[in-house]
Amino acid sequence: MATPLLSLRGISKRYGEIRANQAVDLDVAPRSIHAILGENGAGKSTLMKLIYGVETPDGGEMLWEGAPLTLASPAAARRRGIGMVFQHFSLFETLTVIENIRLVVPGQARALVARILELGAEFGLEVDPHAHVHELSVGERQRVEIIRCLMTDPKLLILDEPTSVLPPQSVDKLFETLRRLRDGGISVLFISHKLEEIRAICDRATILRAGRVTGNVDPREHDAHDLARMMIGRDMPDPPPMKPAKPGETVLELIGLNYTPDDPFGMPLKDMALTLRSGEILGIAGISGNGQAELSELISGEIRLPFETREQVQMMGEPAGHLGPAERRKLGFAFVPEDRLGRGAVQGMSLARNSLLTAHPLGLIRRGLIAMGEASEFTRRCIADHDVRTSGPDAEAGGLSGGNLQKFIVGREMMLAPKLFFLAQPTWGVDIGAATAIRQKLVALRDQGVAILVISEEIDELFDICDRIQVLSHGRLSPSLETRQTRPEDIGRYMIGAGAAA
Amino acid sequence: MIAVEFILSGMLAAATPFLLAALGELVGERAGVLNLGVEGLMALGAAIAFIIVYHGGGHVLAFAGAGLAGALLALLFAFAALGLQANQVAAGLAIGILGQGLSALFGKTYESLTVKGLPKLSVPGLSDLPVVGGLFVQDPVVWLSLAATLAIWATFAFTKTGLLLRAVGENPKAAHSIGYPVIAIRVAAVAFGGLMAGFAGAYAATVYTPLWADGMIAGRGWIALALVVFGTWLTARIFWGACLFGAVSLAGLAAQAGGVELPSQLLASMPYLVTIVVLGIISSNRRLLKLNGVASLGEPFKP
Repeated sequence: MATPLLSLRGISKRYGEIRANQAVDLDVAPRSIHAILGENGAGKSTLMKLIYGVETPDGGEMLWEGAPLTLASPAAARRRGIGMVFQHFSLFETLTVIENIRLVVPGQARALVARILELGAEFGLEVDPHAHVHELSVGERQRVEIIRCLMTDPKLLILDEPTSVLPPQSVDKLFETLRRLRDGGISVLFISHKLEEIRAICDRATILRAGRVTGNVDPREHDAHDLARMMIGRDMPDPPPMKPAKPGETVLELIGLNYTPDDPFGMPLKDMALTLRSGEILGIAGISGNGQAELSELISGEIRLPFETREQVQMMGEPAGHLGPAERRKLGFAFVPEDRLGRGAVQGMSLARNSLLTAHPLGLIRRGLIAMGEASEFTRRCIADHDVRTSGPDAEAGGLSGGNLQKFIVGREMMLAPKLFFLAQPTWGVDIGAATAIRQKLVALRDQGVAILVISEEIDELFDICDRIQVLSHGRLSPSLETRQTRPEDIGRYMIGAGAAA
Repeated sequence: MIAVEFILSGMLAAATPFLLAALGELVGERAGVLNLGVEGLMALGAAIAFIIVYHGGGHVLAFAGAGLAGALLALLFAFAALGLQANQVAAGLAIGILGQGLSALFGKTYESLTVKGLPKLSVPGLSDLPVVGGLFVQDPVVWLSLAATLAIWATFAFTKTGLLLRAVGENPKAAHSIGYPVIAIRVAAVAFGGLMAGFAGAYAATVYTPLWADGMIAGRGWIALALVVFGTWLTARIFWGACLFGAVSLAGLAAQAGGVELPSQLLASMPYLVTIVVLGIISSNRRLLKLNGVASLGEPFKP
């Protein structure tokens, strides 16, 4: 093999007690698409920060085209020809596309516009240079990020989980762009935890687990099972078995729900209709930013409708649009929000105190005073029943890993014995073991007759657990699709808003 | 008619202390730093400038000294709030109190002394117009402030420096990740804010009312802070806001001179009342604030 473009030898990085990267070796060949595969928390992001100069390694050495490389800052990395497209984009929403690009690339505005259009045509990255970024779809924003990187003439382009924000059809378009880039002489580092994608596009894959390299393979020569074993250290857990649903009475209904947010960057919801019955799981597919945040707050009660339009949200057969979160919970509603820290739990408080937040009606408060004994007992039961790995009820919520904290929050809400259970992105940033456990619990709960609503960006997850799926796109909800009679591509069509035509 | 003429001719001069301080604060806030110490920075600048003019140093040196003192005190704020990531509100208040204390200390022996202000320059032709003619007879600092307003507006509208300040204020993380020194940019913006606050204080003490009295800034720094929000972080609106406050504070005087029987305390409190009312109206429009507001304002950033 020719001299690698980038080589890492024994790279290590630790944050306090956590060893994020341990003795990582990596060789990226010129003109190749190289995958970094690993679970959440395996150390992929840390490794990319080291390569992009955001952080400096504690040990080991980096070589760039065979010569030693030290990077003090992202600017230094860019000068060497390393560009990065972040998972959460580093664009400025109130500026236009061209203004965003001018911050990175020197030159006259007119020349830059010409170059943007030229690159767009060459690599399939069409975007309006004069649009404000907050008006663009997520896919368009990603294109802006990629163009911005390309305009600095990189030799290596790092993409952090680029497909997690795209509908399936746009993924194909992105892959086509990446192939053209490779053929044009650029190497791509492609970070992902999705096995099939890596098999589809990458020439080489380096697999990380718990900060160490556990494999360095040609992904086309291995099947998904092999890759999964290297990634999680055992076989991929099977999805929970699903008995046919036995839907009972209607528990949640949206009837022509309309809502216009105050926030000019928010997404107005138009004429939404949804019916959820006890004993079934309904999934809301779609990419965040299409109204997910607004819908979730309207269902949880964080946003209340005016009294006149309260009938647009029906819970347990009653108009509930005007009710606040506490009143909805009294009707038998429980909710796991998208952000664990901040909305689901309070970082600096113990688990026992976090139990109090929603479980206080279960006798954890007596005559206005906290019954600490009961709270601890409740928390102990939650920890035991839901396999939360922690030292006990006094552990701080912020000290738990994402997966364990999520298991705790889901467990706490389940112990409220809800009739209607709503989860937003339940397994986002959660390791595969915990995600599987949460999904199994949800299916078991459904079999007991609970109505469950799940908003998720992970299509695979929805296919594993949902009886029906509706797609949220541009503030509109698609008709209900029976999961068994639906293919992921059908969901994808609704995601890009072409569902009605198809 | 006489009242209108009086207000028009004095409005710009009355507005200048607000305007200079608010423009400086605008630059800092656009970069994401909330410096509540403007009142103290102005007070310090006022004392330094008065002392220099009193001892015959002249106005140019006085403004330079006041600006330098304001910038240095603002850098102390930057050290606490940006270097050590102290809470910006607390650090700003502390620096403001320090500035007022230093001002009282330096100015102690100058109480009630006066100096000579600056001569006015008039625009030939325009200044002879009826009613509005007074608008075109102003001291040099007013003319320079108008030029500064235009320059800052143009900086935000057309230059990369302006773009960079807005970017750092909207999303410091992203600015850092594309390779800009966020902290250094913010420190520079804060120092500029201090410089302008120092100028504002110097104008108040040596040109507008060339007389030293402790506490002479009298809340104008706070109004300048409110003006930045009032103007929804837009230079042109801040200019018109400053003119409005200048006019309102003169209207009180005009009313008294015209024999309107109102308690002088009420008239003196008019600018502050107007501030509260206008801020209330602006804040109720969330859309406006979100579109023009600074997303990371007041939040510490750690690279």
